[in-house]
Amino acid sequence: MTTIVVTGIGATSPLGGNVRDSWEALLRKESGIRPLTEEWVQTHELPVTFAGRVKVPASEVLERIEIKRLDPSAQLAVIAAREAWKDAGEPGDAKERILVDFATGIGGLNTLLDAWDVMKEKGARRVLPMTIPMLMPNAAAAAISMDLSTRGGARTCVSACASGTESIANAVDHLRQGIADVVICGGTESVVHPLPIAAFAAMHALSTRNDEPHRASRPYDVNRDGFVLGEGAAVLVLETKEHAEARGAKIYAEIAGGAVTSDAHHITAPDPEGNGAARAVLDALENAGVTAADVNHINAHATSTPVGDIAEYTALHKVFGDRIKEIPVSATKSSTGHLLGGTGALEAVFTVLAAHEKVAPPTLNLENQDENIPLDVVVEPRALPDKVVAISNSFGFGGHNAVVVIKSV
Amino acid sequence: MAHSKDEVLAGLAALVNDETGVPAESVVFGKSFADDLDIDSISMMTIVVNAEEEFGVKIPDDKVSELVTVDDAVNFIVSAQS
Repeated sequence: MTTIVVTGIGATSPLGGNVRDSWEALLRKESGIRPLTEEWVQTHELPVTFAGRVKVPASEVLERIEIKRLDPSAQLAVIAAREAWKDAGEPGDAKERILVDFATGIGGLNTLLDAWDVMKEKGARRVLPMTIPMLMPNAAAAAISMDLSTRGGARTCVSACASGTESIANAVDHLRQGIADVVICGGTESVVHPLPIAAFAAMHALSTRNDEPHRASRPYDVNRDGFVLGEGAAVLVLETKEHAEARGAKIYAEIAGGAVTSDAHHITAPDPEGNGAARAVLDALENAGVTAADVNHINAHATSTPVGDIAEYTALHKVFGDRIKEIPVSATKSSTGHLLGGTGALEAVFTVLAAHEKVAPPTLNLENQDENIPLDVVVEPRALPDKVVAISNSFGFGGHNAVVVIKSV
Repeated sequence: MAHSKDEVLAGLAALVNDETGVPAESVVFGKSFADDLDIDSISMMTIVVNAEEEFGVKIPDDKVSELVTVDDAVNFIVSAQS
Protein backbone atom coordinates (compact mmCIF):
# COMPACT_ATOMS: atom_id res chain seq x y z
CA MET A 1 0.00 0.00 0.00
CA THR A 2 1.25 3.48 -0.85
CA THR A 3 2.80 5.26 2.12
CA ILE A 4 1.48 8.76 2.73
CA VAL A 5 3.58 11.29 4.61
CA VAL A 6 3.18 14.74 6.12
CA THR A 7 5.69 17.24 4.77
CA GLY A 8 4.20 20.54 5.86
CA ILE A 9 1.99 21.80 8.68
CA GLY A 10 0.36 25.14 9.42
CA ALA A 11 -2.05 26.46 12.01
CA THR A 12 -3.54 29.51 13.58
CA SER A 13 -5.30 28.74 16.82
CA PRO A 14 -6.35 30.11 20.19
CA LEU A 15 -2.87 29.13 21.39
CA GLY A 16 -0.78 30.82 18.72
CA GLY A 17 -0.59 32.30 15.25
CA ASN A 18 1.44 29.40 13.86
CA VAL A 19 2.19 25.74 14.54
CA ARG A 20 5.29 26.26 16.66
CA ASP A 21 3.70 28.83 18.96
CA SER A 22 0.51 26.75 19.28
CA TRP A 23 2.41 23.55 20.06
CA GLU A 24 4.74 25.14 22.58
CA ALA A 25 1.84 26.87 24.35
CA LEU A 26 0.04 23.52 24.44
CA LEU A 27 3.06 21.83 26.03
CA ARG A 28 3.33 24.71 28.54
CA LYS A 29 -0.27 23.94 29.54
CA GLU A 30 -1.61 27.30 28.45
CA SER A 31 -5.29 27.90 27.86
CA GLY A 32 -6.49 29.69 24.75
CA ILE A 33 -9.89 30.35 26.31
CA ARG A 34 -10.61 33.93 27.31
CA PRO A 35 -13.58 36.20 28.12
CA LEU A 36 -15.21 37.76 25.07
CA THR A 37 -14.88 41.54 25.16
CA GLU A 38 -17.29 42.35 22.31
CA GLU A 39 -20.20 44.61 23.10
CA TRP A 40 -22.67 42.08 21.68
CA VAL A 41 -22.07 39.75 24.59
CA GLN A 42 -23.92 42.21 26.83
CA THR A 43 -26.32 43.50 24.17
CA HIS A 44 -27.73 40.04 23.59
CA GLU A 45 -27.38 38.89 27.20
CA LEU A 46 -25.57 35.78 26.03
CA PRO A 47 -25.59 32.90 28.49
CA VAL A 48 -21.96 32.16 27.57
CA THR A 49 -19.43 34.98 27.66
CA PHE A 50 -16.13 33.34 26.65
CA ALA A 51 -14.54 31.49 23.76
CA GLY A 52 -11.24 30.53 22.19
CA ARG A 53 -10.52 33.33 19.78
CA VAL A 54 -7.41 32.99 17.62
CA LYS A 55 -4.38 34.31 19.49
CA VAL A 56 -3.24 36.37 16.49
CA PRO A 57 -6.10 38.11 14.67
CA ALA A 58 -6.15 37.63 10.90
CA SER A 59 -6.07 41.40 10.47
CA GLU A 60 -2.52 41.40 11.85
CA VAL A 61 -1.37 38.89 9.23
CA LEU A 62 -3.26 39.47 5.99
CA GLU A 63 -3.50 42.46 3.70
CA ARG A 64 -6.55 44.64 4.17
CA ILE A 65 -7.88 43.64 0.76
CA GLU A 66 -7.67 39.97 1.76
CA ILE A 67 -9.62 40.72 4.92
CA LYS A 68 -12.31 42.46 2.86
CA ARG A 69 -12.60 39.70 0.28
CA LEU A 70 -12.60 36.67 2.58
CA ASP A 71 -14.89 35.55 5.36
CA PRO A 72 -12.98 35.12 8.65
CA SER A 73 -13.07 31.33 8.21
CA ALA A 74 -11.31 31.59 4.85
CA GLN A 75 -8.88 34.18 6.21
CA LEU A 76 -7.69 31.72 8.86
CA ALA A 77 -7.52 28.93 6.26
CA VAL A 78 -5.26 31.00 4.01
CA ILE A 79 -2.96 31.90 6.93
CA ALA A 80 -2.55 28.24 7.92
CA ALA A 81 -2.19 27.09 4.30
CA ARG A 82 0.60 29.57 3.58
CA GLU A 83 2.51 28.36 6.62
CA ALA A 84 2.06 24.69 5.72
CA TRP A 85 2.96 25.27 2.09
CA LYS A 86 6.14 27.14 2.96
CA ASP A 87 6.97 24.51 5.57
CA ALA A 88 6.63 21.80 2.91
CA GLY A 89 9.09 23.66 0.69
CA GLU A 90 6.43 24.71 -1.83
CA PRO A 91 6.41 21.42 -3.77
CA GLY A 92 4.75 22.94 -6.77
CA ASP A 93 6.02 22.24 -10.27
CA ALA A 94 2.93 20.40 -11.47
CA LYS A 95 0.10 22.55 -10.16
CA GLU A 96 -2.45 20.32 -11.91
CA ARG A 97 -1.33 17.46 -9.65
CA ILE A 98 -1.89 19.38 -6.40
CA LEU A 99 -5.33 18.92 -4.88
CA VAL A 100 -7.02 20.82 -2.07
CA ASP A 101 -9.46 18.89 0.12
CA PHE A 102 -10.46 21.28 2.84
CA ALA A 103 -13.04 21.27 5.59
CA THR A 104 -15.39 23.60 7.34
CA GLY A 105 -18.24 22.77 9.65
CA ILE A 106 -20.39 25.82 8.96
CA GLY A 107 -18.71 28.10 6.42
CA GLY A 108 -19.06 31.85 6.01
CA LEU A 109 -21.50 32.49 8.79
CA ASN A 110 -20.16 35.90 9.78
CA THR A 111 -20.52 37.14 6.22
CA LEU A 112 -24.06 35.79 5.96
CA LEU A 113 -25.26 37.29 9.21
CA ASP A 114 -23.52 40.63 8.68
CA ALA A 115 -25.11 40.92 5.23
CA TRP A 116 -28.53 40.11 6.66
CA ASP A 117 -28.06 42.81 9.30
CA VAL A 118 -27.21 45.33 6.57
CA MET A 119 -30.20 44.29 4.47
CA LYS A 120 -32.65 44.57 7.35
CA GLU A 121 -31.29 47.96 8.35
CA LYS A 122 -30.58 49.58 4.97
CA GLY A 123 -32.35 47.55 2.32
CA ALA A 124 -31.46 45.21 -0.52
CA ARG A 125 -29.40 47.76 -2.46
CA ARG A 126 -26.83 47.88 0.33
CA VAL A 127 -26.01 44.15 0.16
CA LEU A 128 -22.49 43.84 -1.19
CA PRO A 129 -21.80 41.79 -4.33
CA MET A 130 -19.09 39.70 -2.62
CA THR A 131 -21.60 38.32 -0.12
CA ILE A 132 -22.24 34.95 -1.80
CA PRO A 133 -18.63 34.15 -2.78
CA MET A 134 -17.61 34.92 0.79
CA LEU A 135 -20.29 32.92 2.56
CA MET A 136 -20.27 29.78 0.41
CA PRO A 137 -18.86 26.76 2.26
CA ASN A 138 -16.30 26.05 -0.47
CA ALA A 139 -14.82 29.54 -0.11
CA ALA A 140 -11.93 28.40 2.08
CA ALA A 141 -10.90 25.58 -0.27
CA ALA A 142 -11.17 27.95 -3.22
CA ALA A 143 -9.16 30.63 -1.43
CA ILE A 144 -6.33 28.18 -0.71
CA SER A 145 -6.34 26.91 -4.28
CA MET A 146 -6.25 30.45 -5.67
CA ASP A 147 -3.63 31.63 -3.21
CA LEU A 148 -1.24 28.77 -3.95
CA SER A 149 -2.23 28.42 -7.64
CA THR A 150 -3.06 24.73 -7.28
CA ARG A 151 -5.25 23.30 -10.03
CA GLY A 152 -5.88 19.65 -9.17
CA GLY A 153 -9.33 20.31 -7.75
CA ALA A 154 -10.48 22.20 -4.69
CA ARG A 155 -12.89 20.02 -2.77
CA THR A 156 -14.84 20.86 0.35
CA CYS A 157 -15.54 18.42 3.11
CA VAL A 158 -18.46 19.25 5.40
CA SER A 159 -19.33 16.90 8.27
CA ALA A 160 -19.68 19.21 11.27
CA CYS A 161 -17.03 18.57 13.89
CA ALA A 162 -15.68 15.54 12.05
CA SER A 163 -14.89 17.63 8.95
CA GLY A 164 -11.21 18.32 9.56
CA THR A 165 -10.34 14.69 10.21
CA GLU A 166 -12.50 13.52 7.31
CA SER A 167 -10.61 15.83 4.97
CA ILE A 168 -7.34 14.14 5.99
CA ALA A 169 -8.84 10.69 5.45
CA ASN A 170 -10.01 11.90 2.03
CA ALA A 171 -6.53 13.17 1.24
CA VAL A 172 -5.06 9.74 1.91
CA ASP A 173 -7.60 8.22 -0.48
CA HIS A 174 -6.84 10.78 -3.20
CA LEU A 175 -3.12 10.06 -3.00
CA ARG A 176 -3.60 6.29 -2.98
CA GLN A 177 -5.92 6.57 -5.97
CA GLY A 178 -3.14 8.40 -7.74
CA ILE A 179 -5.23 11.42 -8.70
CA ALA A 180 -2.73 13.85 -7.15
CA ASP A 181 0.93 14.06 -6.13
CA VAL A 182 0.29 16.43 -3.27
CA VAL A 183 -2.88 17.13 -1.25
CA ILE A 184 -3.39 20.17 0.93
CA CYS A 185 -5.92 19.18 3.57
CA GLY A 186 -7.21 20.38 6.91
CA GLY A 187 -10.04 22.54 8.16
CA THR A 188 -11.15 25.90 9.41
CA GLU A 189 -13.88 27.54 11.45
CA SER A 190 -14.59 31.02 12.67
CA VAL A 191 -18.10 31.40 14.05
CA VAL A 192 -17.52 33.27 17.30
CA HIS A 193 -20.68 35.30 16.77
CA PRO A 194 -23.69 35.80 19.04
CA LEU A 195 -26.01 33.62 16.95
CA PRO A 196 -24.08 30.33 17.10
CA ILE A 197 -23.27 30.96 20.75
CA ALA A 198 -26.98 31.43 21.46
CA ALA A 199 -27.86 28.38 19.36
CA PHE A 200 -25.27 26.04 20.86
CA ALA A 201 -26.27 27.31 24.31
CA ALA A 202 -29.93 26.62 23.50
CA MET A 203 -29.09 22.95 23.10
CA HIS A 204 -27.07 23.03 26.35
CA ALA A 205 -23.95 22.07 24.44
CA LEU A 206 -21.71 24.85 25.80
CA SER A 207 -19.99 25.18 29.14
CA THR A 208 -21.40 28.09 31.14
CA ARG A 209 -18.42 28.47 33.45
CA ASN A 210 -18.37 32.22 32.77
CA ASP A 211 -16.45 33.11 35.90
CA GLU A 212 -13.50 30.84 35.02
CA PRO A 213 -13.16 30.55 31.24
CA HIS A 214 -9.72 28.91 31.30
CA ARG A 215 -11.12 26.12 33.47
CA ALA A 216 -14.27 25.58 31.40
CA SER A 217 -13.00 23.01 28.90
CA ARG A 218 -12.37 20.00 31.14
CA PRO A 219 -12.72 16.68 29.30
CA TYR A 220 -13.23 13.64 31.54
CA ASP A 221 -13.62 15.75 34.67
CA VAL A 222 -16.73 15.03 36.75
CA ASN A 223 -17.59 18.72 36.64
CA ARG A 224 -17.44 19.10 32.87
CA ASP A 225 -20.52 20.92 31.62
CA GLY A 226 -20.15 21.33 27.87
CA PHE A 227 -17.72 22.34 25.16
CA VAL A 228 -16.04 25.70 24.67
CA LEU A 229 -16.33 27.34 21.27
CA GLY A 230 -12.97 27.94 19.62
CA GLU A 231 -11.85 29.20 16.23
CA GLY A 232 -8.89 28.58 14.01
CA ALA A 233 -7.54 26.61 11.10
CA ALA A 234 -4.95 23.93 10.53
CA VAL A 235 -3.47 22.59 7.32
CA LEU A 236 -1.38 19.53 6.46
CA VAL A 237 0.50 18.98 3.23
CA LEU A 238 0.41 15.28 2.37
CA GLU A 239 2.18 13.45 -0.39
CA THR A 240 3.29 9.95 -1.22
CA LYS A 241 6.52 8.97 0.46
CA GLU A 242 8.00 8.37 -2.97
CA HIS A 243 7.16 11.91 -4.09
CA ALA A 244 8.46 13.42 -0.87
CA GLU A 245 11.72 11.51 -0.99
CA ALA A 246 12.27 12.28 -4.64
CA ARG A 247 12.33 15.97 -3.86
CA GLY A 248 14.26 15.56 -0.61
CA ALA A 249 11.46 16.88 1.60
CA LYS A 250 11.58 16.64 5.36
CA ILE A 251 8.99 14.18 6.68
CA TYR A 252 7.17 14.73 9.96
CA ALA A 253 5.17 11.52 10.14
CA GLU A 254 3.00 9.14 8.18
CA ILE A 255 -0.74 9.38 7.82
CA ALA A 256 -1.00 5.62 7.73
CA GLY A 257 -4.73 5.51 7.13
CA GLY A 258 -8.14 6.88 7.87
CA ALA A 259 -11.79 5.97 7.92
CA VAL A 260 -15.23 7.51 8.10
CA THR A 261 -18.46 5.96 9.40
CA SER A 262 -21.91 7.23 10.30
CA ASP A 263 -24.11 6.36 13.27
CA ALA A 264 -27.59 6.62 11.70
CA HIS A 265 -28.72 7.11 15.29
CA HIS A 266 -29.50 10.74 16.16
CA ILE A 267 -28.79 14.13 14.60
CA THR A 268 -26.85 15.43 17.62
CA ALA A 269 -26.50 12.72 20.25
CA PRO A 270 -23.73 10.16 19.83
CA ASP A 271 -24.70 6.50 19.72
CA PRO A 272 -24.46 5.64 23.44
CA GLU A 273 -23.05 2.23 22.50
CA GLY A 274 -20.30 3.93 20.52
CA ASN A 275 -20.74 1.49 17.64
CA GLY A 276 -20.19 3.94 14.80
CA ALA A 277 -17.18 5.50 16.48
CA ALA A 278 -15.69 2.08 17.26
CA ARG A 279 -16.12 1.02 13.63
CA ALA A 280 -14.38 4.18 12.50
CA VAL A 281 -11.39 3.38 14.71
CA LEU A 282 -11.28 -0.26 13.57
CA ASP A 283 -11.66 0.67 9.90
CA ALA A 284 -8.93 3.29 10.19
CA LEU A 285 -6.56 0.81 11.83
CA GLU A 286 -7.26 -1.73 9.09
CA ASN A 287 -6.80 0.94 6.45
CA ALA A 288 -3.47 1.79 8.05
CA GLY A 289 -2.32 -1.82 8.18
CA VAL A 290 -1.94 -1.82 11.95
CA THR A 291 -3.86 -3.44 14.79
CA ALA A 292 -5.34 -2.14 18.02
CA ALA A 293 -2.38 -3.65 19.85
CA ASP A 294 -0.02 -1.27 18.01
CA VAL A 295 -1.68 1.95 19.17
CA ASN A 296 0.26 3.80 21.88
CA HIS A 297 -1.23 7.31 21.79
CA ILE A 298 -4.72 8.74 21.26
CA ASN A 299 -5.77 12.32 20.62
CA ALA A 300 -9.40 12.02 21.64
CA HIS A 301 -12.34 14.03 20.37
CA ALA A 302 -13.17 14.71 24.05
CA THR A 303 -15.17 17.91 23.78
CA SER A 304 -15.92 18.09 27.52
CA THR A 305 -19.64 17.39 27.17
CA PRO A 306 -21.09 15.02 29.77
CA VAL A 307 -22.50 12.59 27.18
CA GLY A 308 -19.90 12.83 24.41
CA ASP A 309 -16.87 11.98 26.53
CA ILE A 310 -18.56 8.83 27.86
CA ALA A 311 -19.67 7.72 24.40
CA GLU A 312 -16.14 8.04 23.05
CA TYR A 313 -14.76 6.09 26.00
CA THR A 314 -17.31 3.34 25.35
CA ALA A 315 -16.19 3.19 21.72
CA LEU A 316 -12.52 3.08 22.67
CA HIS A 317 -13.16 0.33 25.19
CA LYS A 318 -14.92 -1.67 22.47
CA VAL A 319 -11.84 -1.45 20.28
CA PHE A 320 -9.01 -1.71 22.79
CA GLY A 321 -10.59 -3.66 25.67
CA ASP A 322 -9.00 -3.17 29.05
CA ARG A 323 -5.72 -2.19 27.38
CA ILE A 324 -7.32 1.22 26.87
CA LYS A 325 -6.26 2.00 30.44
CA GLU A 326 -2.62 1.77 29.34
CA ILE A 327 -2.77 4.03 26.29
CA PRO A 328 -1.87 7.69 26.93
CA VAL A 329 -4.82 9.84 25.87
CA SER A 330 -4.54 13.59 25.21
CA ALA A 331 -7.62 15.80 25.12
CA THR A 332 -6.24 19.00 23.66
CA LYS A 333 -9.60 20.78 23.41
CA SER A 334 -8.98 21.47 27.09
CA SER A 335 -6.47 24.09 25.86
CA THR A 336 -7.85 25.15 22.50
CA GLY A 337 -11.60 24.82 22.86
CA HIS A 338 -13.56 23.18 20.08
CA LEU A 339 -12.72 24.49 16.62
CA LEU A 340 -15.67 22.63 15.03
CA GLY A 341 -14.70 22.07 11.36
CA GLY A 342 -11.10 23.03 12.13
CA THR A 343 -10.71 20.88 15.19
CA GLY A 344 -9.74 17.56 13.61
CA ALA A 345 -7.07 19.25 11.53
CA LEU A 346 -5.53 21.04 14.51
CA GLU A 347 -5.57 17.85 16.57
CA ALA A 348 -4.00 15.94 13.68
CA VAL A 349 -1.23 18.55 13.57
CA PHE A 350 -0.71 18.07 17.31
CA THR A 351 -0.66 14.29 16.86
CA VAL A 352 1.81 14.56 13.98
CA LEU A 353 4.06 16.58 16.29
CA ALA A 354 3.51 14.09 19.12
CA ALA A 355 4.72 11.32 16.80
CA HIS A 356 7.58 13.45 15.48
CA GLU A 357 8.82 14.72 18.84
CA LYS A 358 7.78 11.63 20.85
CA VAL A 359 5.74 13.55 23.36
CA ALA A 360 2.04 13.38 24.21
CA PRO A 361 0.59 16.83 24.92
CA PRO A 362 -1.12 17.53 28.24
CA THR A 363 -4.82 17.76 29.10
CA LEU A 364 -5.87 20.71 31.26
CA ASN A 365 -8.37 20.93 34.08
CA LEU A 366 -8.60 17.25 34.96
CA GLU A 367 -9.10 17.72 38.67
CA ASN A 368 -11.47 14.93 39.49
CA GLN A 369 -11.57 12.28 36.79
CA ASP A 370 -14.95 10.77 36.02
CA GLU A 371 -14.79 7.23 37.42
CA ASN A 372 -16.84 6.02 34.48
CA ILE A 373 -14.01 7.03 32.14
CA PRO A 374 -10.96 5.16 33.43
CA LEU A 375 -8.55 6.36 30.74
CA ASP A 376 -4.86 7.09 31.17
CA VAL A 377 -5.25 10.82 30.59
CA VAL A 378 -2.01 12.70 29.94
CA VAL A 379 -1.96 15.72 32.26
CA GLU A 380 1.73 16.65 31.92
CA PRO A 381 3.69 16.34 28.66
CA ARG A 382 4.70 12.71 28.55
CA ALA A 383 7.41 10.92 26.57
CA LEU A 384 6.19 8.47 23.95
CA PRO A 385 8.09 5.44 22.68
CA ASP A 386 10.33 5.74 19.67
CA LYS A 387 7.77 4.12 17.38
CA VAL A 388 4.51 6.00 17.77
CA VAL A 389 1.23 4.69 16.36
CA ALA A 390 -1.46 7.20 17.23
CA ILE A 391 -5.08 7.79 16.35
CA SER A 392 -6.88 11.13 16.22
CA ASN A 393 -10.66 10.98 16.55
CA SER A 394 -13.39 13.41 15.52
CA PHE A 395 -17.14 13.07 15.74
CA GLY A 396 -19.79 15.45 14.50
CA PHE A 397 -23.46 16.36 14.59
CA GLY A 398 -25.14 14.16 12.04
CA GLY A 399 -23.52 11.04 13.45
CA HIS A 400 -20.26 11.54 11.54
CA ASN A 401 -17.24 9.64 12.81
CA ALA A 402 -13.76 10.16 11.37
CA VAL A 403 -10.46 8.72 12.52
CA VAL A 404 -6.93 8.99 11.17
CA VAL A 405 -3.90 6.91 12.08
CA ILE A 406 -0.60 8.74 12.46
CA LYS A 407 2.72 6.92 12.65
CA SER A 408 6.19 8.15 13.42
CA VAL A 409 8.79 7.64 10.69
CA MET B 1 -26.19 68.68 1.29
CA ALA B 2 -24.64 68.45 -2.14
CA HIS B 3 -20.95 67.66 -2.43
CA SER B 4 -18.67 69.57 -4.76
CA LYS B 5 -16.88 67.82 -7.59
CA ASP B 6 -13.63 67.77 -5.61
CA GLU B 7 -15.37 66.40 -2.56
CA VAL B 8 -16.96 63.62 -4.60
CA LEU B 9 -13.58 62.77 -6.14
CA ALA B 10 -11.93 62.60 -2.71
CA GLY B 11 -14.77 60.49 -1.29
CA LEU B 12 -14.76 58.16 -4.29
CA ALA B 13 -10.99 57.77 -4.08
CA ALA B 14 -11.34 56.77 -0.43
CA LEU B 15 -13.99 54.17 -1.33
CA VAL B 16 -11.82 52.77 -4.12
CA ASN B 17 -8.85 52.56 -1.78
CA ASP B 18 -10.92 50.90 0.92
CA GLU B 19 -12.26 48.25 -1.43
CA THR B 20 -9.23 47.53 -3.60
CA GLY B 21 -6.15 48.88 -1.87
CA VAL B 22 -5.43 51.11 -4.88
CA PRO B 23 -3.82 54.30 -3.46
CA ALA B 24 -6.36 57.09 -3.21
CA GLU B 25 -3.98 59.51 -4.96
CA SER B 26 -4.12 57.33 -8.10
CA VAL B 27 -7.85 57.87 -8.40
CA VAL B 28 -7.80 61.06 -10.48
CA PHE B 29 -9.64 62.47 -13.46
CA GLY B 30 -8.75 60.81 -16.72
CA LYS B 31 -8.27 57.33 -15.25
CA SER B 32 -10.33 54.33 -16.31
CA PHE B 33 -11.47 52.05 -13.46
CA ALA B 34 -10.83 48.81 -15.35
CA ASP B 35 -7.94 49.67 -17.66
CA ASP B 36 -5.89 52.03 -15.49
CA LEU B 37 -6.81 51.07 -11.94
CA ASP B 38 -7.34 47.33 -12.57
CA ILE B 39 -10.68 47.27 -10.76
CA ASP B 40 -12.77 44.20 -11.55
CA SER B 41 -16.54 44.23 -11.97
CA ILE B 42 -17.31 42.85 -8.54
CA SER B 43 -15.16 45.52 -6.87
CA MET B 44 -16.83 48.13 -9.07
CA MET B 45 -20.25 46.97 -7.88
CA THR B 46 -19.09 47.16 -4.28
CA ILE B 47 -17.79 50.70 -4.83
CA VAL B 48 -21.13 51.64 -6.39
CA VAL B 49 -23.09 50.27 -3.43
CA ASN B 50 -20.85 52.15 -1.01
CA ALA B 51 -20.96 55.34 -3.12
CA GLU B 52 -24.76 55.32 -3.08
CA GLU B 53 -24.65 55.34 0.69
CA GLU B 54 -21.79 57.83 0.97
CA PHE B 55 -23.30 60.43 -1.36
CA GLY B 56 -26.99 59.70 -0.84
CA VAL B 57 -27.62 59.00 -4.51
CA LYS B 58 -29.06 56.15 -6.52
CA ILE B 59 -26.93 54.69 -9.30
CA PRO B 60 -29.20 52.50 -11.45
CA ASP B 61 -27.70 49.15 -12.48
CA ASP B 62 -27.91 50.06 -16.18
CA LYS B 63 -25.86 53.18 -15.48
CA VAL B 64 -22.99 51.33 -13.81
CA SER B 65 -21.64 49.97 -17.09
CA GLU B 66 -21.44 53.54 -18.40
CA LEU B 67 -19.19 54.61 -15.52
CA VAL B 68 -15.94 53.76 -17.29
CA THR B 69 -13.72 56.54 -16.03
CA VAL B 70 -13.32 58.44 -12.79
CA ASP B 71 -14.79 61.46 -14.62
CA ASP B 72 -17.91 59.48 -15.53
CA ALA B 73 -18.50 58.46 -11.94
CA VAL B 74 -17.83 61.86 -10.39
CA ASN B 75 -19.97 63.66 -12.94
CA PHE B 76 -22.82 61.20 -12.49
CA ILE B 77 -22.76 61.47 -8.72
CA VAL B 78 -22.57 65.28 -8.77
CA SER B 79 -25.54 65.53 -11.14
CA ALA B 80 -27.53 62.85 -9.29
CA GLN B 81 -27.25 64.86 -6.07
CA SER B 82 -29.21 67.74 -7.45
